[in-house]
Amino acid sequence: MSGHSTYQPQSAFMKWMERRLPIAGLMYSSFVAYPTPRNLNYWWTFGGVLTFLLGAQIVTGIILVMHYTPHADMAFNSVEHIMRDVNYGWLLRYLHSNGASMFFVAVYIHMARGMYYGSYKEPREVLWILGVILYLLMMATGFLGYTLPWGQMSFWGATVITNFFSAIPLVGESVVTWLWGGYSVGNPTLQRFFSLHYLLPFVIVGVVVLHVWALHVVGQNNPTGVEPKTDKDTVAFTPYATIKDGFFMACFCIVYAWFVFYVPNYLGHADNYIPANPAVTPQHIVPEWYYLPFYAILRAIPDKLMGVIALFGSIGILAFLPWLDTSRVRSANYRPLFRQFFWIFILVTVGLGWLGSKPAEGGYTIAARILTIYYFAHFIIILPILGWVEKTKPLPNSISEAILKSSGVSSAAPTATKS
Amino acid sequence: MTASSVEPNRRDFLYIATGTVAAVGGAAALVPLIAQMNPDASTIAAGAPVEVDLGPIAEGQVIKVFWRGQPIFISHRTKKEIEEARKVSLASLPDPQADDKRVKPGKDQWLVLVGICTHLGCIPLAHQGAYEGWFCPCHGSVYDTSGRIRQGPAPKNLPLPPYKFLSDSKIRIGEEDTAKV
Repeated sequence: MSGHSTYQPQSAFMKWMERRLPIAGLMYSSFVAYPTPRNLNYWWTFGGVLTFLLGAQIVTGIILVMHYTPHADMAFNSVEHIMRDVNYGWLLRYLHSNGASMFFVAVYIHMARGMYYGSYKEPREVLWILGVILYLLMMATGFLGYTLPWGQMSFWGATVITNFFSAIPLVGESVVTWLWGGYSVGNPTLQRFFSLHYLLPFVIVGVVVLHVWALHVVGQNNPTGVEPKTDKDTVAFTPYATIKDGFFMACFCIVYAWFVFYVPNYLGHADNYIPANPAVTPQHIVPEWYYLPFYAILRAIPDKLMGVIALFGSIGILAFLPWLDTSRVRSANYRPLFRQFFWIFILVTVGLGWLGSKPAEGGYTIAARILTIYYFAHFIIILPILGWVEKTKPLPNSISEAILKSSGVSSAAPTATKS
Repeated sequence: MTASSVEPNRRDFLYIATGTVAAVGGAAALVPLIAQMNPDASTIAAGAPVEVDLGPIAEGQVIKVFWRGQPIFISHRTKKEIEEARKVSLASLPDPQADDKRVKPGKDQWLVLVGICTHLGCIPLAHQGAYEGWFCPCHGSVYDTSGRIRQGPAPKNLPLPPYKFLSDSKIRIGEEDTAKV
């Protein structure tokens, strides 16, 4: 593998600096010379999109805090103040609220890509687990942020989610009172949620650094799942990956902007424009769309404690994926059976999401139970067995061989061209 | 060197003593850091008992008052509602409790409940659901006219707040009876 510490400082100042803090060299070897598999497709650009969105959320969030008041009596009105009075306040708030949704769109595609191409397999287990931790932190941050406007959905969403902890035997009620800082969700709850909502994005930044570090130790996976063997298999991160990530990011931003400018409330709930009222529960409580599959799992189980365990289990099981998938072949391109089960799993998860948005009654509950069983069976039964029984297709000897075969080019053209 | 590494010396003592102080100090520092999140003095003070005049509540009516930020249901039950609550066989209930254990002696018509669904904390709607008691719109838990869970994901009956009768038409919520009425 090429590209390590090839940085040559040019100016006298950079030479002086490099001997004291070699940050330019680190950046150069990480994001310029870093060898990236030459066959990466657009599904690999979502890491860049996520980094961009994290930055955008932090910038818009810090600005919103300049105008927001974290108090139960004033929070709702201060959000309306942002929407009506603050210069471009409507834009900044819509960028932030839709940015959260775009963040989850991107992370779900990023995770699905990892699952399809087996990116969690040896030696990338820690990289994957750091990703699961990031996903959990994102969910916590999104939930905390959704309570801040202090509308009806904010209040009742916070009540329902914090009540998950009341399912803990013996100490459950005390834990919930401790979380609330009172006997119900109230001003102390709002203030601590605000504090934590401001903190967690920076924790996410820290874990992203670890995630990228781990990525740069083991290298990127690629659509063949075969590790790069020679220089022919890789291209330099800059310009190849940089321009591809940048181009796609711009395309992604068109979708983001479409939501912000044309349907800014499409992914929200009208109920959240009603100020929080502890006396009235909305007729139909629904979480944000990105939690819906897990909400469906919670409601599918008729026992409170088991429902909460299943909800957390459905996310926690992702951390064990590297060991539940027993196949040695990474990419679904060479696993004909797994590829079908992967798409069934995606459909089941989307189906659970749809059921999560429906009332918990009759046929919806029965369907949610069937899909919940399948969701867990995918991890606990199907993946381990597939590894034993599946007849995989022959793997290419190298990335460059796979590319040349598919593009029909006879002679190698290393690093200069890219499909 | 070999001899001193076997015999504990002053450095070993300092090492263990410093480590112990750090561990105990760290644990002690956690107490205020965690305890600050529990309800503060003003929240506790705002949770003082409240008195409710039952006079204006008509038979068949359910009113909602607030105590400690929690909705409290006060139901003036009809004869039919009391009968329905009493004729159920306890064995068929998910959280068996006799109706007369859920009201004060001689006050069968007054049912006082914490109006928070024991599933995930939503507020159930009165006079709804299959048993015409309460129905939770969030996840479909159904309570009967005694506030007992009958169907759905909630594990327990609607809890009873501490309260006592000051007179036949007045209760104080937040204070338990010391003597039997």
